[in-house]
Amino acid sequence: MKQLDGVNGPVVYVEVETKTYSKYRSFWKKLKKNKGALVGAGILLFFITMSTLAPVIGPYPVNEMMFEDSLQGPSAKHWLGTDEFGRDLYTRMLYGGRVSLLMGLVAVSISGTIGVILGVIAGYYRRLDMYIMQFMDILMAFPSLLMAIAIVSILGVGLTNAMIAVAISVIPSFVRVVRGSVLSVRETEYVEASRALGVKDGKIIIKHILPNVASPIIVLATIQFGSSILSAAALSFLGLGAQPPNPEWGALVYVGKSFLSQAWWMMLFPGLAIMLVVLGFNLLGDGLRDALDPRLK
Amino acid sequence: MSSYLLKRLLTMGVTLIGVSLLVFFMIHLVPGNPVTYILGDFATEESIKELESRLGLDRPIFTQYAAYMLNAVQGDLGTSYITGYTVVEEILNRIPITAQLALYSVAFGSIIGIMMGIIAAVKQNTIFDQMAMLVALVGISAPGFWIALFLILLFSYQLGIFPISGYSGFYSLILPSITLGLGTAGTIARMTRSSMLDVIKQDYIRTAQAKGASLYRLIFHHSLQNALIPVVTVIGMQFGYLMAGAVVTETVFALPGLGSLVVSAISTRDIPTVQGLLLFMASMIILANFVVDLLYTKLDPRIRFD
Repeated sequence: MKQLDGVNGPVVYVEVETKTYSKYRSFWKKLKKNKGALVGAGILLFFITMSTLAPVIGPYPVNEMMFEDSLQGPSAKHWLGTDEFGRDLYTRMLYGGRVSLLMGLVAVSISGTIGVILGVIAGYYRRLDMYIMQFMDILMAFPSLLMAIAIVSILGVGLTNAMIAVAISVIPSFVRVVRGSVLSVRETEYVEASRALGVKDGKIIIKHILPNVASPIIVLATIQFGSSILSAAALSFLGLGAQPPNPEWGALVYVGKSFLSQAWWMMLFPGLAIMLVVLGFNLLGDGLRDALDPRLK
Repeated sequence: MSSYLLKRLLTMGVTLIGVSLLVFFMIHLVPGNPVTYILGDFATEESIKELESRLGLDRPIFTQYAAYMLNAVQGDLGTSYITGYTVVEEILNRIPITAQLALYSVAFGSIIGIMMGIIAAVKQNTIFDQMAMLVALVGISAPGFWIALFLILLFSYQLGIFPISGYSGFYSLILPSITLGLGTAGTIARMTRSSMLDVIKQDYIRTAQAKGASLYRLIFHHSLQNALIPVVTVIGMQFGYLMAGAVVTETVFALPGLGSLVVSAISTRDIPTVQGLLLFMASMIILANFVVDLLYTKLDPRIRFD
């Protein structure tokens, strides 16, 4: 049977379960009521499904060139038109979605993991706080895109390096948010009580601190997922990220730029996809924040 | 206040030194010898050595850093490997365009953003509110380079109203300013709305309303002044966003500003220019944040830093 630290007994066990259950239910209730969050989740579900099913639903092979069809506008044959080599834009966007979404996922996973670790250390161990935050202040002096550009210039141009660059540029925002939340949680009575009972720091952090700072991390990760996709696309657009023929959405817009007057669809649709996905993450992030905020009833 | 100021200045100094260290060592980690890049693949061993010694690249890295910083504080950020101009000259030549772009886009973003925020707050939970907030979120979510291309397609190619690219005075900065200002407008609209909502729920507004003040007076005389305090901070904080945005916007519109210089300097491995620009931009952002902090106390007398 699950027990609370220092307190035993079935009554407490039942109470905790009820509370968790009701908290969970109230979160869902609030999230389901939030139209924006539902729209956001819907958009994301759509793009994730389409990208995942790319090999199944893509009407043409991703790199198949059909020169007789080059620079064709949207039609029944090519729903979103074709590029300069006659490649089907719809198919390329389906595959490109995989790259763009993966870039966001990798960037948020790396920055989230490092950011949470550093944020917890800074918030929990006050002696290290000053050094970590001073370093974060230095990193924050560079806007994330500028930082990413600088890092790519060191690591070299390419998809993997762009992901790493975006991840590094996002770390400070995670550290800041996590540190702030940890600072308030570490002063709570239950953490003090655990410490007084001699519970080890690692256990306190995992059992008491992390679950209580999860909400802001989830919200930030959702919003950063979108902005990481945006930064990665900007890098590709500047020629520093994914390189053609990779169909990453930013790279598709980059190619479309050269054919702006002849083939507007080449830049319009990939850009629209980026905007919708980022909008989806922002809407969902806003909804999650409202649903997870105990002050909002 | 003065002790706060001193502490803040000290932290700012430490951050600036940190930034310079980070930029310097980051740039020197760039793989490949810049000298081979300047001289080309067929350079002789001798000419490489000679140029390395002329540029001071054969000295230990800490000596190079110390020399660089000593020069930097005296206003010398080195000379571009590519153009032969000093980096300070390059910055001074290009700063007017970036500064204008930043100014116009902040003006555009603030006007649109504050208006949208007010409408959303006053018409809370109506279709106006939802539409305004959706538009704001679209502004934040849309990639700047895509908006830029979209505007070029519409206003330059189709309607022929604005130039496609290049700098030719105020006229050529309108589309870039809208591009850059849309994101700012979105952020400001969201901030204005939440700030206005906080203010209009307060007792003194209800009192003014009970006394029969008109909606116009309630918004512009009673609420907006107080609601704008956090908005001003957000506008100040947009400085960093604008610097990063300028990189993309100036590249798309081929504007000879600081942003496009960063991209071209990176692609030509012009180390002194990249280094100088990053240092300059980061210092400006640190300074802007400091000014915003100070402005905060001036705008809201309730806030005191001890």
